[in-house]
Amino acid sequence: MKWETVIGLEVHTQLATRSKIFSGSSTAFGAAPNTQASAVDIALPGVLPVLNRGAVECAIKFGLAIGATLNRVNVFDRKNYFYPDLPKGYQISQLARPIVEGGAIKIQVGDSERTIHLTRAHMEEDAGKSLHEDFHGMTGIDLNRAGTPLLEIVSEPEMRSSAEAVAYARALHTLVTWIGICDGNMQEGSFRVDANVSVRPVGQAEFGTRREIKNLNSFKFLQQAIDYEVRWQIETLEDGGRIEQATVLFNPDTGETRMMRSKEDAHDYRYFPDPDLLPVRLDEAWIETVRAALPELPAAMQARFLNDYGVSAYDAAVLTGSRALAEYFEAAAQQSGQPKLAANWIMGELSAALNKADLGIEHSPVSAAQLGTLIARIQDGTLSGKLAKQVFEGLWERAGEVDAIIEARGLKQMSDSGELEKIVDEVLAANQKSVEEFRSGKEKAFNALVGQVMKASKGKANPAQVNDLLKRKLG
Amino acid sequence: MFETSLSALAAQLAAGQISSRDLAQQYLDRIAALNPSINAFITLDPERTLAEASAADALIAAGNAGPLTGVPIAHKDIFCTDGWLTTCGSKMLSNFVAPYDAHVIQRFKAAGMPSLGKTNMDEFAMGSSNETSYFGAVKNPWNPAYVPGGSSGGAAACVAARMAPAATGTDTGGSIRQPAALCGITGLKPTYGLVSRFGMIAFASSLDQAGPMAPSAEDCALLLNVMTGFDPNDSTSLEREKEDYARDLDKPLTGLRVGLPKEFFAEGLNNEVAAAVEAAVAELKKLGATMVGISLANSQLAIPVYYVLAPAEASSNLSRFDGVRYGYRAPDYASLDDMYCKTRAQGFGAEVKRRILIGAYVLSHGYYDAYYLQAQKIRRLIADDFNAAFKTCDVILGPTAPGTAFKLGEKSDDPVEMYLNDLYTIPANLAGLPGMSLPCGFDSKGLPIGLQLVGNYFSEAKMLNVAHQYQRVTDWHARQPEGLK
Repeated sequence: MKWETVIGLEVHTQLATRSKIFSGSSTAFGAAPNTQASAVDIALPGVLPVLNRGAVECAIKFGLAIGATLNRVNVFDRKNYFYPDLPKGYQISQLARPIVEGGAIKIQVGDSERTIHLTRAHMEEDAGKSLHEDFHGMTGIDLNRAGTPLLEIVSEPEMRSSAEAVAYARALHTLVTWIGICDGNMQEGSFRVDANVSVRPVGQAEFGTRREIKNLNSFKFLQQAIDYEVRWQIETLEDGGRIEQATVLFNPDTGETRMMRSKEDAHDYRYFPDPDLLPVRLDEAWIETVRAALPELPAAMQARFLNDYGVSAYDAAVLTGSRALAEYFEAAAQQSGQPKLAANWIMGELSAALNKADLGIEHSPVSAAQLGTLIARIQDGTLSGKLAKQVFEGLWERAGEVDAIIEARGLKQMSDSGELEKIVDEVLAANQKSVEEFRSGKEKAFNALVGQVMKASKGKANPAQVNDLLKRKLG
Repeated sequence: MFETSLSALAAQLAAGQISSRDLAQQYLDRIAALNPSINAFITLDPERTLAEASAADALIAAGNAGPLTGVPIAHKDIFCTDGWLTTCGSKMLSNFVAPYDAHVIQRFKAAGMPSLGKTNMDEFAMGSSNETSYFGAVKNPWNPAYVPGGSSGGAAACVAARMAPAATGTDTGGSIRQPAALCGITGLKPTYGLVSRFGMIAFASSLDQAGPMAPSAEDCALLLNVMTGFDPNDSTSLEREKEDYARDLDKPLTGLRVGLPKEFFAEGLNNEVAAAVEAAVAELKKLGATMVGISLANSQLAIPVYYVLAPAEASSNLSRFDGVRYGYRAPDYASLDDMYCKTRAQGFGAEVKRRILIGAYVLSHGYYDAYYLQAQKIRRLIADDFNAAFKTCDVILGPTAPGTAFKLGEKSDDPVEMYLNDLYTIPANLAGLPGMSLPCGFDSKGLPIGLQLVGNYFSEAKMLNVAHQYQRVTDWHARQPEGLK
């Protein structure tokens, strides 16, 4: 039997507000346990939540960026359950009226482009952390994360492979970091993915029973977990078994998923509107202010790169992988006047150097303006490609600006034809054998002579000029 | 001195006739003498009280006194008070020392009013008799065999016994007004949102409201001036201009239209209470008021609606008492779930557990629409009835409670009978309207009878005006229990 995979993702993105969603505590990551937990965060008796409007603004940004409907009246609901890292015994979330409904994101898998629709995105607070390792026979509770604002983004079950799921997750990751509502740091839990996975015989209309894989914090794990889960589900069904609805965890060490709780253990969360918070109304003026502050979105920028700069579709997609990269490219392209060359340098030399040094484009030692100038020096003939690489090395070492490095290291391409002619004459004189070979019809000998001239000029000769000169002299 | 109004006490303090410290000491002495038999206080800390009184004296000496600086006050143990035990009448918080002051407490501190102590209350404000307190029942100062009402029973009793010139209370379904009625004092529940709930331990968030309890309406007006005001820490706190609730006290009542809801004078109302309320009506007519017959048809559904909504909110509000971070934790347990179960089984009393169960039930999958949503709809209808009524009258009048105080233990085995005590007070909470109770007589057993006024939103000054004018021509509010004078 042929099987089809059906995947929907729920992504928890931590919103990049400085303070928590219902208290003034800092949301910074990595502080000593419980040092960023106020009376509100630890749910002392009598404390009350006060909404951080910055979190709402992040949600509005997201809704606008994916072309969704923004609910004008927002109600917060309480999701009730007991857990030691949930101080109030309930999580403030949105059930009936999420701030964002609908919307879509385009993904690219191989050569094909697909549109993935979103169901909803709602605001909620994060829980604290239970630390099971550090305390012998006990569990430590760190409430620093409790109350960090989250936007839970739920897709429709429209993905049909792990590759599509990863492409969607990546596109979403690019978007939320692009519009600045999430720092995207997956190691720190800023972007956590739950995958709902089911399989069905190809051609069957109704969905199979799904299992939810919780808390995947890398794209690699997302892919591995889905692949394992799909295999497991198909094998189970082909062996005559049944899939029970369940929540499962992925173990990166074994590459397997294992059951956390079955449907029978599912909580009744007893949702109801939080009486401590008034409904939040989004008026048009607020929405328009947020819209006006939105940066150009990746899809729009990609199209513009294609049209305005003439780069390939592939390059445009790569260059809009992050806002920082796209802005870098655009600055370098404008500075150099050579968009294609800029794209090649960024995706080639610069990317390689950044990868090697494990740096993001934001932290590149070579600025976009410097790279643009470098490319301009290639274009105006000051530098050969080879010399340019040496200048790039200088820039990387922060040795100074482009022209200063060229000057200091004597990397200028030889432009004085008199000087070059002298070198050519010397080379011809010293390589009579090659000259004779060439004249007797050995084309290869010509290349050897070019190489000798380049060597004698310490690479500074313009290869085209050398060619011309040699041809003339040997002509 | 124990007959003196707050304004007179403040005048004596301002004139240097008495120091705040001496005043506080006299009240502390009276508490030491009377409280053992009445049990109105859970926590006393005379040193702290006297230190606060001395600070008030310094303010007065420096010329920085406000209208009530130096006048001591007792606080219901539902308000978090920095450094004081804050128990909410529960074993669950029997060891909880709050690390911060409730907004209301901050306001009284800023006004220079020393705290006399934390008053007894029904556990988590759930009760109408003060018998659910983990710290033992409060006795009615008019007759110690009777309950003081609840949940602000300790507050009402300590004011009635003049162990404090005034007290704070909170009212979710009548918890200020019913004990005020049963103890013969004046108490006011303001419009929802007028007083910040920050630091007030939540029972039912959409209904809870703090208010003043004191012998007279004039006292309540002055206290309300201290308590009210916008608080950015409470999202349901209302941002509006500060008003002087005493400004209209002396206005004549000529032309006042008083609405008498027929449903509040129907079956179930004790005859002696009915007679006393009728007499008050006659008194108000003499003062120039006219009576208007009104109907609040849906208020008959107030008790079932309340006992869906309040427990629903409470079941969630009380989830934080889980033994993890503060408060009581069961000494022995085998697992996390076992710790939760034992902690909450041992830490909460029967009435609290009953309401958590009711609340969890009505919010459960499959029952939510039938109970919670339905109750919310009726809540709206009840508010609509009031809105319609206020088109024809300025204030609504009726009994505060269907009867006078009942004997300790008399109703504690019958929760529904107990719940009926709040029949007339709950509608105002559901609608968010201000309500107050003031003394209007005594029954044949010598127990006080309370008269209730319900006003339109933000009409506290008007209600206090009506009450004050009534209290100028009557002395029910000035009477004190015989043996305690």
